[in-house]
Amino acid sequence: MNDLLRRYGPVLSILFAALTAFWLLALVVLPDLYLFENSFRPYLPISEVGGPKDFYSFDNYLTFFHSPIHIQVFVWTIVYSTVVTVLCFVIAYPLAYYLSKVARSNLLPTLFLLILVPLWVSEVLRSFAWFIILALKGPLNILLLGIGVIDQPIRWLTGFRGVIIGLVYTYVLFMLFPLYNAIQSLDTNQIEAAEDLGSPWWRTHWRVILPHAKPGIASGSVMVFMLSAGSILVPTLLASTSSRWFTEIIQQWMFESQDWNTGSAYAFMLLLLCTIFVSVVMRLFRVKLSDIAK
Amino acid sequence: MSQARRSDWLFHAYMVVFLLYMLLPLVVMGGAAFNDSRFPSVYPWVGFTDRWFVELWNDGRLWGAFRNTLFVALAVVGLSIPIGTAAAILINSLSGAARSVLYGLMVAPVLTPGAVIGISTLLFWNKFSVPAGLHLSVLGQVSYIAAFVMLLVLARLQSFDRQLEEAALDLGASHAQVLRRILLPHLYPAIGAGAAIAFFQSIENFNTTLFTRGTYDTLTVYVFSKVRSGITPTINALALILISVTLACAICYEISRRRSEKRAARTAE
Repeated sequence: MNDLLRRYGPVLSILFAALTAFWLLALVVLPDLYLFENSFRPYLPISEVGGPKDFYSFDNYLTFFHSPIHIQVFVWTIVYSTVVTVLCFVIAYPLAYYLSKVARSNLLPTLFLLILVPLWVSEVLRSFAWFIILALKGPLNILLLGIGVIDQPIRWLTGFRGVIIGLVYTYVLFMLFPLYNAIQSLDTNQIEAAEDLGSPWWRTHWRVILPHAKPGIASGSVMVFMLSAGSILVPTLLASTSSRWFTEIIQQWMFESQDWNTGSAYAFMLLLLCTIFVSVVMRLFRVKLSDIAK
Repeated sequence: MSQARRSDWLFHAYMVVFLLYMLLPLVVMGGAAFNDSRFPSVYPWVGFTDRWFVELWNDGRLWGAFRNTLFVALAVVGLSIPIGTAAAILINSLSGAARSVLYGLMVAPVLTPGAVIGISTLLFWNKFSVPAGLHLSVLGQVSYIAAFVMLLVLARLQSFDRQLEEAALDLGASHAQVLRRILLPHLYPAIGAGAAIAFFQSIENFNTTLFTRGTYDTLTVYVFSKVRSGITPTINALALILISVTLACAICYEISRRRSEKRAARTAE
């Protein structure tokens, strides 16, 4: 702090501190605390707020624990977000390795540009594209019927199939880039040394490249899981009534029931889930927060 | 190395398949914009039409949403750049526990689901009788977009030579001059990148905006409501336009990059 004062003087230092304080207090910490507080209060008409009925209780959370369907949706959201995260890793890892160690370096900017194009097209349109592709009479079924892989068109949009396909497509790049950054910083000599010492390719990956890529795996997984579990667009567009997502229930509390208090209890549970996931990943991969947020 | 070379073609093939996987959905979506069928599809092909583009052009709600999106994005850039830069300078001068606590608080919004940010913003400002609307969308978006700016600027600060500031101060420069003439010029590339990212993140944002927007439309919310209720291929027309603009920007960028690369190669000779 003294350092800051010496270099920029009191006026600028106070300005920097004020801007940061506004951000962290008014936009981050206080709204979250208020969400937490609200989740314990009953949903009341405005005239009764602050009245005798307005006291703290666990009722909003009990609503969740007394509803088998909501619990089920919550568990499915965790399970399928994990599946999406794993699939993204499986798809992205060979590609990240290829881009950082195999591909010709003068080709790289062009490749990255091509990969980035779908990312710049908005998320809602990306999900919508799959809505067309996965339709019962859509291009995918026509193609698969045409080459004789299937005899009956598949109903892609029942169950969680459509959601998984949509989420993987939408978020795979959030796994690819951190992985690429991590693998790229590995000295290629280390890979060659492993090969010269007679290590088969899979052992080189297992013992040399994967351990080095840990921070990338951690940050990719955190991003993909968080975005998937919190996604509203993809599940709404590509899921059926039998495959609801936790965010859709939150949305129902907020807009259809207009019960903001139960809504904030559910939102807080989603936040808690993501926080637990981040902590578990940080522990498992032994990385710091600064490794994840790059 | 021969072992590596044998598997190279497999990698190339995988890369090509991945690019197709990434880009073909966009082609399908664009193609459906020209199909003369009431429902967005590419099969069966009913015939070529441009009526979806005409319908899109005459859609007043869309133009309103477009204006709102631009307004929100510019406001988000205008707020998150000073906040993110100030936060990066502040945290760069700290060390120890204070630094890690503050860093954790600053990074946390990036790892918070957009819906949670949206709901907490809505509830918090509602307490002060601020109704939902685009201004709340701006505040909600800034809460996590400022973190991207902070991270970019902080990374750039690592390569800054602090002795330049000391020298300037010794030579009698004022603190404002040091900031404006020495520190900020060094940070401009990061601030520029931060502005671009903030702008695109804001346009793209759906989750936070959905909960804070009140009755206003932004492009993503508009497209979403269109897609949910009675889809017509006008959305495909819009998608095709957006994809074309993106591609055009990408191609321009690529051409200018190659040109400057050639120029650099020539001067190296």
